[in-house]
Amino acid sequence: MTRALKSFGAFWYDFVIGDDWHVAAIVAAALAVTALLTHVAGVNAWWLLPLCAFAALAWSLYRATARKD
Amino acid sequence: MTALPLVLTVFVACAVEAVEALTIVLAVGLTREWRSTFQGMAAALVVLAAVVGVLGPTITLLPLTALRLVVGALLAIFGLQWLRKAILRASGYKALHDEASAYLREVAAAKAAPASRRRWVGDWYAFTLSFKGVLLEGLEVVFIVITFGANQHNLGAALIGAAMAVVAVAATGIAVRAPLARAPENAMKFSVGIMLTSFGTFWGAQGAGVTWPGNDAALLVLVPVVAVTSLGYAACLRRGRQRGQVPGRPASSLAPAAVPVTDSEEVTGR
Repeated sequence: MTRALKSFGAFWYDFVIGDDWHVAAIVAAALAVTALLTHVAGVNAWWLLPLCAFAALAWSLYRATARKD
Repeated sequence: MTALPLVLTVFVACAVEAVEALTIVLAVGLTREWRSTFQGMAAALVVLAAVVGVLGPTITLLPLTALRLVVGALLAIFGLQWLRKAILRASGYKALHDEASAYLREVAAAKAAPASRRRWVGDWYAFTLSFKGVLLEGLEVVFIVITFGANQHNLGAALIGAAMAVVAVAATGIAVRAPLARAPENAMKFSVGIMLTSFGTFWGAQGAGVTWPGNDAALLVLVPVVAVTSLGYAACLRRGRQRGQVPGRPASSLAPAAVPVTDSEEVTGR
């Protein structure tokens, strides 16, 4: 039973988060900061999420390739 | 926004997954037994249809802002993972997905497995392999169909895109009776990654409360920017890899020697 639950959880982690959890963490953090800037500071921070997405992709690619060179 | 980008995105994403599912179904069907293979495939399609039927209408009941925030975040994460793998493949850091060798692996495994009958299924191995293959490849498509369809309040258009892709790939597979090894799989995955990341970023930010300059027209800028940035990353990595090659070794030999990056391809098919 525990094994089945673990594999179920592992499947969904892999399905949603994928190979690099940093990407998911950066996207979630960027959305939180965007919401704060928009609702608290009154800044229309439409540019923040795309910038963070590009940075997350670059960071993930760097991590994947740095140890392969 | 018109339904065309929605239909096209779902069509390409679904076609990629359908090509991979077709490889499994063909390998099992031609090696073992078609009846049990089709039973497995049909059972998986019923489960996938039930997921769409239950989740589709349910998710549209959520408030639009919450829906966009959650779905946007998930799509952006999904899209970035697709892009990551497509860039690694395009730059030679990861071997290209090879449908022909995947087919041969499945055939060898299917030939080696013993036959066993269970109730109305003649060949349990063929049934389970076909069921698992279609279900796992289809789950990601279901996610894309539901999220895109719900966000655009047009689940029908998303379903049409998915159905068109399944029919096109199945018809081609029946016609050639071989895995579609010549399909430009990485280019298709690259395109899907670009679309998922762009739409995910757009909806996620909207859900967080921002107003995009030009509203929906911002997507006409966002999609090319994501595409150019991703292609730029792939070019940088390719150049870096070529600079770091062993002297005397031709650049063309880099791709076959690509170091396999451990990933979740076996589960998600990304």
